[in-house]
Amino acid sequence: MSLTIAVPRGALFAEALALLDRLGLETNEIRSNERKLVFPDVGVITMRPSDIPSYVEHGAADVGITGRDVLAEQSERDVYELLDLGFGACRMIVAVHEDGDPLAESLRRLGRVRIATKYPRIAAAHFAETGRQAEIVEVKGSVEIAPLTGLADGIVDLVATGRTLAENRLVEREAIFASTARLIANPVAHRLKAREIDQLVRQIRALRADADPPRGGVTPLQRRDSAA
Amino acid sequence: MSFPIPPGTRDVLPDEMSELRALMDGLRGWIQQAGYGEVRTPTVEYEDVLRQGDAGSAGAGWRLFDQHGNLLVLRSDMTIPIARLVGTRFADHDGPLRLCYSGQAYRSVTRGSGQLTEFLQVGAELIGVPGVEGDAEIVSLALEGLSSCGLRRHTVGLGDGALYRSLLAAFELERDDADALMGSLMRRDLVGLEARVRSAGLPNALFEVPGLRGGREVLDRAEEAMGEVAATALIELRGLYEELRERGFADQVILDLGLVHEFGYYTGAVFELYDPAVGFAIGGGGRYDQLIGRFGRPRPACGMALDVQRVHVAQAAEEKMR
Repeated sequence: MSLTIAVPRGALFAEALALLDRLGLETNEIRSNERKLVFPDVGVITMRPSDIPSYVEHGAADVGITGRDVLAEQSERDVYELLDLGFGACRMIVAVHEDGDPLAESLRRLGRVRIATKYPRIAAAHFAETGRQAEIVEVKGSVEIAPLTGLADGIVDLVATGRTLAENRLVEREAIFASTARLIANPVAHRLKAREIDQLVRQIRALRADADPPRGGVTPLQRRDSAA
Repeated sequence: MSFPIPPGTRDVLPDEMSELRALMDGLRGWIQQAGYGEVRTPTVEYEDVLRQGDAGSAGAGWRLFDQHGNLLVLRSDMTIPIARLVGTRFADHDGPLRLCYSGQAYRSVTRGSGQLTEFLQVGAELIGVPGVEGDAEIVSLALEGLSSCGLRRHTVGLGDGALYRSLLAAFELERDDADALMGSLMRRDLVGLEARVRSAGLPNALFEVPGLRGGREVLDRAEEAMGEVAATALIELRGLYEELRERGFADQVILDLGLVHEFGYYTGAVFELYDPAVGFAIGGGGRYDQLIGRFGRPRPACGMALDVQRVHVAQAAEEKMR
């Protein structure tokens, strides 16, 4: 019995493939074929990161790689979160326009902040937990333009380097959580293919132990506790 | 103009219905010939009655008011209604009771998740037979019932609903730590579980033991990791495993020490049924020795329920393979 693994295209793609290489999978065909999505020979399917929990939850893939940000936003998905893969580090933050303090101003005068985001559940949970009323405006594309155009007082978004923020004259005001890539598994596959999945986890742990110095502190987790 | 039906509900047309009907009758017939008498309970129950059985009303998602302002729920499982029925209608009955049922139950699901709000269950409850003897009868009934409708690749994942709690108690964890760990395990968040155990300097067994799945070796490894605690916590599970092997189900049993059930009323063995064609459990159940006592005289009990529509998917996949 072998595993079907769901691999995210986009920001995590290169490092996910590098991981598969180190596990001994043949990834050349995946690299050279941008339009092809299913690679049955190596048991890989590729898709956008936010679709990965759906495929894994329904068992269309046994395991998958996706970001903690995606899992936090889709906290109702019934999947196992097996391993922190360490790569794809980025942070979920609240950012505002660099001039003044639009959140405080809006709260004081209008009693609420308006937040544009691709992560409505994470944003709603964050503002609820910090005791501020918020109107969440969901957008699908570039959220950075929302404060500039007056759509929102601020944004909740995922940043890696912060360059896009700076280019749009935004500054980070609050950190919500740190995100990295995670290995997830379908609950039925987790039992029926226990041996294969455990072996995969052991291999990845061994690779990480070779590559990384021992880790220090642990990121505080508020993930599904807060987004639920 | 469109005339929608609520998300997660279905109309069933003749072709599908005749298959569902045959499957349902077959499963129920199998259970009945094993000595279980069919009962029916109302689709709606009083909210506070269900709450008596489980703090979360067994996950009930649909609530409504009757004409007197009483809060009603659409039943989300059959076990609590049957515990109520046994406690009240069979108050003076001595000896084992074997009851079965089929019907719809309701849960809340997220729109777009592809899951049903209204789903069809066939199940059985065995009251008054304690421990391994009762558990083995119920698990066998489920496995054989699935075989009787043509499944050949199904398995049962077997755990103990009280195991992780007794592990937490044995290591004398603070309430907050224990709740946090239990919460991580319930959400299947093993990354969070490991991070909490490590950051708080707790014993590694707290994340190693729930990761153990497999055959008999799992019990040995758990005993190593847990030390003395294991002695009592694993006796029943080991006994049930051996009993199922003797009954000829050795290849169909996967021990799973991380299996915890969302319903709080399980006190001993818990299990889930799987088929490789379906990404979700196709059924499950367990032992609930404290539940009937909440509605009357305490009696040990265990039960199982099969999700008929998911079994139907497995059955269709099985037929395609032939």
